[in-house]
Amino acid sequence: MALLEITNLTQRFGGLLAVNDLSVHLEGRELCALIGPNGAGKTTVFNLVSGFYQPSDGSIKIGGVDTRGMKPHQVTALGVARTFQNIRLWNDMTVLDNIKVSQHYRLGYSLMDSLMRTRRYIDREAAIDRTAMELLEFLGMRELANEFPPNLAYGTQRKVEIARALSIKPKLLLLDEPAAGLPSSDVVELIKLIEWIHKEFDLAIWMIEHQMTVVMSLCQWIKVIDFGATIAEGTPEDIRNNPVVIRAYLGDENI
Amino acid sequence: MLETIIQQGVNALQLGSYYSLIALGYCLVYGVLLLINFAHGDIFMVGAYIAFFCATAFLGHYGLIDAGMPGWIVLALTVPLTMLLTSGVGIFIERVAYRPLRLKGANRLYVVITALMMGIILQYGNLSMLGASRKAFPNLVPRVLFEIGGATVTSLKLASIVTCFLVFGLLQWIVTRTKIGMAMRAVSYDKFAVPLMGIPLDIVIVFTFFLGSSMAGLAGLLYAMNFPVLDPFMGALVGWKAFIAAVVGGIGDIRGAFIGGFLLAFLEVFVAATFSSELRDLISFTILLGILSWKPTGLFGKPRTTKI
Amino acid sequence: MSPRLTTPAALFALLLGLMALTQTGILGQYEQTILSTMGIYMILAASLNLVNGYMGEFSVGHAGFMAVGAYTSSVVGVYLFVPDPFFGQPLLPMDLAYLAFPLILAAGFVAAALVGLLVAIPSFKTRGDYLAVITLAAGYIVKSALENIDVVGGPRGFMGMKKVVMGMEEMISIPWMLIWIFIGVVFTVWILRRFVYSTYGKGVMAIHQDEVAAEIMSVNTNKMKLVAFMLSSGLAGLAGGLYAYLIGFVNPASFTILRSTECLVMVYLGGMGSLTGSILAAAIFTLMLEFLKPLEQLKWVAIPMLLIVLMQFRPEGLMGNRELSDIFPKLKRFYRFK
Repeated sequence: MALLEITNLTQRFGGLLAVNDLSVHLEGRELCALIGPNGAGKTTVFNLVSGFYQPSDGSIKIGGVDTRGMKPHQVTALGVARTFQNIRLWNDMTVLDNIKVSQHYRLGYSLMDSLMRTRRYIDREAAIDRTAMELLEFLGMRELANEFPPNLAYGTQRKVEIARALSIKPKLLLLDEPAAGLPSSDVVELIKLIEWIHKEFDLAIWMIEHQMTVVMSLCQWIKVIDFGATIAEGTPEDIRNNPVVIRAYLGDENI
Repeated sequence: MLETIIQQGVNALQLGSYYSLIALGYCLVYGVLLLINFAHGDIFMVGAYIAFFCATAFLGHYGLIDAGMPGWIVLALTVPLTMLLTSGVGIFIERVAYRPLRLKGANRLYVVITALMMGIILQYGNLSMLGASRKAFPNLVPRVLFEIGGATVTSLKLASIVTCFLVFGLLQWIVTRTKIGMAMRAVSYDKFAVPLMGIPLDIVIVFTFFLGSSMAGLAGLLYAMNFPVLDPFMGALVGWKAFIAAVVGGIGDIRGAFIGGFLLAFLEVFVAATFSSELRDLISFTILLGILSWKPTGLFGKPRTTKI
Repeated sequence: MSPRLTTPAALFALLLGLMALTQTGILGQYEQTILSTMGIYMILAASLNLVNGYMGEFSVGHAGFMAVGAYTSSVVGVYLFVPDPFFGQPLLPMDLAYLAFPLILAAGFVAAALVGLLVAIPSFKTRGDYLAVITLAAGYIVKSALENIDVVGGPRGFMGMKKVVMGMEEMISIPWMLIWIFIGVVFTVWILRRFVYSTYGKGVMAIHQDEVAAEIMSVNTNKMKLVAFMLSSGLAGLAGGLYAYLIGFVNPASFTILRSTECLVMVYLGGMGSLTGSILAAAIFTLMLEFLKPLEQLKWVAIPMLLIVLMQFRPEGLMGNRELSDIFPKLKRFYRFK
């Protein structure tokens, strides 16, 4: 079964056609990109997939489940995690708490359990804590567990946000401009990190990115959109030489 | 039947004009500072008292001025003086209580709490200075009765309604057409960029408080002339209600505040007329709550889209 | 002693100490009333802190929920134990009053929590200052509804609760209300602490800090808001029930916007998101009210002025968002957080 099946997705905001008849098919385990000029509707696509907007038309199926009418937290529970263009960590919570709270959909205990401190609560909290620490350990961020996000460097905050998304145990990880605002030395590290995550975790990664070094060195498959509609898709080689893409990015040379 | 409806309609318009005038003040300050100035209702009360003391002083009660001035001159002097003095109170409160907190970068809810405290100070300060006895506002101009569609309307009622519409028109003009109005809107968009553009932030804020408080003063004067009994707590209830009205209308927009004031007044007057006055608050607030649940940012407020 | 038992033992000792002081007459009726009032304010402040501090909303109608709890507990108590012209003969003998009292309070808790839905459901769509107005309107609606219900005396109010308290005291002669309020405070802090320290409850703080991120990171924000509002209003109802039996009389005029304002002041004075702060602020506020009593009306000028000055010096409240254990880390040895 396909991991992600987007069929004829369309999104209108008033008179604006933000996404126009878009179709995407991901089997799972891919590492691919969504690119396009500013304002092309890339983030809108991610917002639709993560359930933040309801599509005007078309359907999104995740693991065969139609997500129409679902709230974002329900979509996330299906195994879709994402990061944000502008980092949205919970700044008054420690890194560890950020990662623990993101496991909300599989807490496995109720309000009453938390008030009565039942055996189930104690066991589950211990498990959540362990999972979170293991994840941090695995990503080499163990010593950051008790830091607050605003005290961390920008690049580290990005990394924490990715860790938080991974704590969902996603099947599909959406990265919204992971390299935005990073100095070039950090970008190299980010490329390594994403590659490593893709290798170590059983998931598909779909990213929006403007830095072509990141996209071209990582992705097997690239979809290019402009004005909400697909203008090209294919391997990095295809895209690099596609005249339509070049025109969308650089404008028409005849002007 | 028709006469009663018209009569009640006029009453609602009159009540609505006070709510609107106060709601506009809430709205201006909120629009610029994102601060719910909970002391605003009490500034209205202070305005009514200032009007009272101005009017009685001009009538020669304290021996400052020889008695014998005709009522309309007294009124003509009282209006601007009341507005000026009341706005002085508003600006003073901003200066001593809100600005220091703002400069310290306190959470904005702490400023709101400070505003609540200022309101209580005004109420009880007045109570302990002037006592609990109610003050009767002097009659300045003779009451003239008009007949509209079988309903009787006093000149004072009409004056309140007309003033409210005029003030709204003036405000709309200031906010949309003048330079300072543009600066006010700029501040409400982005408080940090405004000083960088060479707009003096503090002057804009002081001007906002000047406008809001002088309108509260005007409302206080008109209210005191129509319901000529003053007490220190008169501002609290009217103020809270006007605030609710402003929000239901859509607090970011002065049209919203204006309409909201009249909406609340019409609800109250007609609920009281059809059911009973005891049920007035219950039913009208339930309706307002319903409106807000249905339109979460009020009638005129733009739905805020969260950008990711 | 194991850390599990230190806190209960300390609290029990404190309760015993309080009772000893009252029995020996060192704590007279006057001091007991002050302590009781303080306890009720502590419950109010701590419960409001869940919504205003931890969740970051601005609820202005806490007195309304308190009123619902106060009236419900009063009516249930009087219905069960006191002959009343409307409710008729009591259902149960007065001897059972001290056993049934927790149930009476529970009724107030449940009723107030249900009325909390009035605010909780709009909060799904409405936020910030617009939600503040909904809470304000809800407070007015409750007060004005009570004024229109003749069974509970309308604007005149409702009484008969003193008889229940006297009934309890006839059975066993101890200061019952002080004990119930003490238990109420412990219960409130206990529940709230467990809630906000669980990963489940931290969802509420996630909503405060970034609601969009919370929803997308799998926190069911609507459910969390529902839980937070209902828990907060339920505890306010508990405070109301205790208040009704402490004073022996309830009327709508006791639950005005001024009462809600007092709750707000304590939350922000203590610090948003600090239970210790709320408790401390409630104690300070009650003492302020008491010591400034000789000023009469000027009290309400002096207290707000003091508070304004205080906020100028500590614009994040007395405790900020820290707890006692953050200031004295050694305390962590004595009680556990998990």
